[in-house]
Amino acid sequence: MLAFILRRLAQAVLVMLAVGLIAFSLFRFVGDPVLFMLGQDSTPDDRERITRLLGLDQPFYVQYAKFVGRAVQGEFGLSLRQVQPVSKLFVERLPATLELSFVAATLALVAGLTMGVYTALRRNSWLTQFLLAVSLLGVSLPTFLIGILLILVFAVLLGWLPSFGRGETVAIGWWSTGFLTWSGIKALILPSITLGLFQMTLIQRLVRAEMLEVLRTDYIKFARARGLTDRAVHFGHALKNTMVPVITITGLQLGAIIAFAIITETVFQWPGMGLLFIQAVDFADVPVMAAYLCLIALFFVVINLVVDLLYYAVDPRLRIDRAIATH
Amino acid sequence: MTAGAGRLRRAWNHDLAWSFRHSPVALLAAVLTLVCVGGALLAPWIAPHNPFDSATLNLSDGFTPPAWSGSGTAKYLLGTDDQGRDMLSTILYGARISLGVGLAAVLFSAVLGVSLGLLSGYLGGHLDAFIMRVADIQLSFPAILIALLIDGVARVALPPELHDQLAVYVLVLAIGVSGWVQYARTVRGSTLVEKGKEYVQAARVIGRHPLAIMLRHVLPNVTGPVLVIATIHVATAIITEATLSFLGVGVPPTQPSLGTLVRIGNNFLLSGEWWIALFPGLALVVLVLAVNLLGDWLRDALNPKLR
Repeated sequence: MLAFILRRLAQAVLVMLAVGLIAFSLFRFVGDPVLFMLGQDSTPDDRERITRLLGLDQPFYVQYAKFVGRAVQGEFGLSLRQVQPVSKLFVERLPATLELSFVAATLALVAGLTMGVYTALRRNSWLTQFLLAVSLLGVSLPTFLIGILLILVFAVLLGWLPSFGRGETVAIGWWSTGFLTWSGIKALILPSITLGLFQMTLIQRLVRAEMLEVLRTDYIKFARARGLTDRAVHFGHALKNTMVPVITITGLQLGAIIAFAIITETVFQWPGMGLLFIQAVDFADVPVMAAYLCLIALFFVVINLVVDLLYYAVDPRLRIDRAIATH
Repeated sequence: MTAGAGRLRRAWNHDLAWSFRHSPVALLAAVLTLVCVGGALLAPWIAPHNPFDSATLNLSDGFTPPAWSGSGTAKYLLGTDDQGRDMLSTILYGARISLGVGLAAVLFSAVLGVSLGLLSGYLGGHLDAFIMRVADIQLSFPAILIALLIDGVARVALPPELHDQLAVYVLVLAIGVSGWVQYARTVRGSTLVEKGKEYVQAARVIGRHPLAIMLRHVLPNVTGPVLVIATIHVATAIITEATLSFLGVGVPPTQPSLGTLVRIGNNFLLSGEWWIALFPGLALVVLVLAVNLLGDWLRDALNPKLR
């Protein structure tokens, strides 16, 4: 058990170091920071002085180690475009992305679970056929098109909901929330549907497949033979056992939601981290890009680590298999 | 002549052809794919206008709605965009770029993945462990995110004056690198199986070079699943390309793909010019759906368990 955890931890640290190396080399490849600071008509003496001052004359690995040291403290320098500390920009944008992702994930989970259970229990109803057809379409439609279609229908044609921005936000400490105002909640609806739709169809298909599988097992037949009500059999016995894979996939999909937020945020001009990254790519704003790269990698590494460890804790079969495989 | 006819009849009676003739979905998907691919390939000849010839553009024709709405004209069947370019023509040219980038990226992915899978499975050892560990790690990130990050980093790292020239190659590289894992895993698995068979052992006994064994003996026997993965991957690659272009980090605006066209149209969505974004989007969905259905059919047809 301990060896497994240590191996996974070591792997996580290695991945972070590799991503850090990519982020670090961005700084080295894009432009000359000394020329950038001093301008073209500086004297060689000045340049040398600044080079030494910035530590750019030191060997590569020393500079990299210093970069990692600063990155761990969340220090990525100044944004070239907005001339503000990168950490400050991210702290401003973080609540927007997290609130959007949270609502989208909840929506995907609740709606996906309900639809999955329904389509498994009422296999031949017309609603099931309809839901399955929609889910096939949901997989084929790219996220940005879903967003555009929703804007077209609900913002342009019907005029019910806003098509961009977060609406009014309320600041609680450094966290700005859109949950407390009516316009903030209205602004959340379309982006969170856009972001959650793909995951929703995924969860729906998964729950349906798992549920159909479980319903065929002997203990369900036994539960029916005991004369339990349909309700108790379906929700007390069957659903419970479909939940383990669903929880795993949902956990893993949390990272995907934060990643896909880049697309949704661009469609809806949602002021989150994804939009910040896309704008940074446009302006070659290296410090912001480097910070985003490290941050998103950190999200994924942590989520994967937690899911792996949870899985290991939840499923005893995994432990036995590994024990046999390693001995 | 008779030999040719015989071959034709054999192909017609082959399982795959039989299964194809008896699947209406596959036929429909194939027709749709053919229409899309044909339209894209023949764009310079069948497009009613040349959207990139600025001499024929007329700015006063800008924002013409589709022909069937009140103020549309038959000259522009699907309307025009802000610069007066005919939407139908830009869509045909755009599909050409979308398909080209998608296919090139899939080819790149497949070559990279199959080579790494062959090496990994046949040679084993530390190389195998390393390649598979990298594959595991890459699988824990969504492919589209990896493509976006590679593309973004490459754009910033390249000198600005080369951006537009190299953008398409960078895009193919980014999408290609983001998709190699599936090929490598599948090929590695089948290679491990084939490696133990007698014909491979025989080739080894007569002293053939390992590289020759991999390419001439193992490779032909592991390509079946690769074909299925590649077909489905084409749809994913087209979506990825469209998404990156929509985000503004894909192909340069001088060579708009379907994603770029949606991006342009998105600017005019709120002012009511819906056709500029909607038609390229629809074309993209039809293209992706057709390729997906074709891929699903191929997977089922090649799977002996389902026969």
